[in-house]
Amino acid sequence: MTALAVRGLEKRYGSVGALRGVDLELEEGELVGLLGPNGAGKSTLVKIGCGLVRPTSGTAQVCGAPAGSRAARGASGYLAELFRFPGWCSGDEVLRLHQRLTRSDGGARERGELLELVGLTAARDRKVEAMSKGMQQRLGIAQALVGSPRLLFLDEPTSALDPAGRRTVRALLEEIRGRGISVLLNSHLLSEVELVCNRVVILLDGRVVAAGRPGELARARGIEVETDEGLRLIEGVGREDVPRIVAELVGAGRAVYGVRVLRSTLEEVYLDAVGEEAV
Amino acid sequence: MSDVLTIAGYALRESLRRRVFVVVALLTVAFLFLYRLGARKAFEETAGVFPPEGVEAETVVGATLFGLSMFATLFLGTVLAVFLTLGAVRGDAERGLLQPLVVRPLGRTTFLLGRFAGAASVCAVYVTAVYLSALLITRSAGGWTPDRIVTPALELAFAVVLLVALSLLGSVLLSSTANGIAVFMLFGAGLVGGLLGQIGEALNSPTLERVAERTSWALPFEALYQDGLQRLTADSRGFTRFAVELGPFGGGQAYGAWLPWWSALYLAGVLALAAAAFARRDL
Repeated sequence: MTALAVRGLEKRYGSVGALRGVDLELEEGELVGLLGPNGAGKSTLVKIGCGLVRPTSGTAQVCGAPAGSRAARGASGYLAELFRFPGWCSGDEVLRLHQRLTRSDGGARERGELLELVGLTAARDRKVEAMSKGMQQRLGIAQALVGSPRLLFLDEPTSALDPAGRRTVRALLEEIRGRGISVLLNSHLLSEVELVCNRVVILLDGRVVAAGRPGELARARGIEVETDEGLRLIEGVGREDVPRIVAELVGAGRAVYGVRVLRSTLEEVYLDAVGEEAV
Repeated sequence: MSDVLTIAGYALRESLRRRVFVVVALLTVAFLFLYRLGARKAFEETAGVFPPEGVEAETVVGATLFGLSMFATLFLGTVLAVFLTLGAVRGDAERGLLQPLVVRPLGRTTFLLGRFAGAASVCAVYVTAVYLSALLITRSAGGWTPDRIVTPALELAFAVVLLVALSLLGSVLLSSTANGIAVFMLFGAGLVGGLLGQIGEALNSPTLERVAERTSWALPFEALYQDGLQRLTADSRGFTRFAVELGPFGGGQAYGAWLPWWSALYLAGVLALAAAAFARRDL
């Protein structure tokens, strides 16, 4: 089943168009990265998906139910970019509250598993106000997973984390994907998206300007050949041209020591798509 | 229903953990202590005064003092109502506290009803407890008991419940600070309306009385307070009643049998408006 189906989605705030006809699909178990500069419409798209914002036109369906409906909210979990849990609650109490709200019957076992998954077992009784921002962020991910959602909306889940924390979340995302949960990941960290996402969608000014698998988006830029004459860059060719070029060079009496296919990085794809000035 | 109770319980636990109730209890004890001191002195000092023929001094002093305590109880209840709800929607949304809750299956209307149930029950119990404490203090200080006890208590509690609903509606439309100011302005407008009515009655001015009456119907928490106030001396007649009505906390207005129905309709309307506005709000 399609976890998220977005068709012709538009959202206007007064005269400002935040989304201008977005189409997007997420299959079951797929982890899709949403990229784009500030103001591109990423958070608006995520908020429409979890029912916090009403679209101006178009449709969004979560696991077959209209986004924002009770069924859609029951099938999804959400971690906001700017969120806060009550400082007086412990991590365990936060999860217990969300278990009640999702009617989860997982009890202490589910809470224990989730806290272990995000590395907060030792801090389960610690008050939120005594937790670091990184710990709160991980608690936020655990909270989003309460009730075994089929689709997760994660809006900048690593924004407050140090490199070690980011690595933990990356491993967590792979674990989540391994469980068959679909994830729409809104992030500014291209390397993170490239490492964990099946697909990438780049938004600019409320429109999808590029979409595909990270490997597909990364176009061939040419090949670099090391011969007895030194390094040579041959542009406009790809991997399939390598045997021919090597044969031609050898035929011409050159000694070939190595060949490297050059591909554009996701960062270059991103910059091409959104333009340097938009970053 | 269980979601409403979950949210109400969550709001109550927050107030308990943040020691809101400790502060409220301390302030209330201080108020009741001062009230007891004032009531004893007032009864003692008027004990030797011989009132004009037909005026029961004990009733005039008791009703005026207890009227004062009813006003203070309404004020304290309003403060509690406002502080429990002023940032329930926009304030909590701006702080990022609301979003993780309302994306859950319970829905926005249920969330709002839960917040209302939590705050309304706390405020109603609080106002009733302070009312009964002041009643006992008045009785022990001067031996005076109001003519009606239960209905004024219910009306006072209902008045505060209306203010909870208005504050919740304000929390959907306004920022926390603006909402707090707006609710206290409404409270003040109601109070001024009530005072105008008493002045109008004393001066025999139908215009002032009409303005006051319309203000009270528009802000029924004031009508409920006024109606409860006049029930304290419902059985007094003649010069005693006249003397009681001269004081700012002694008179009150009767609003008839329609008042509870109008108040219930008003409450339902305010909550429906809040739910509709919340449903339309992008978070």
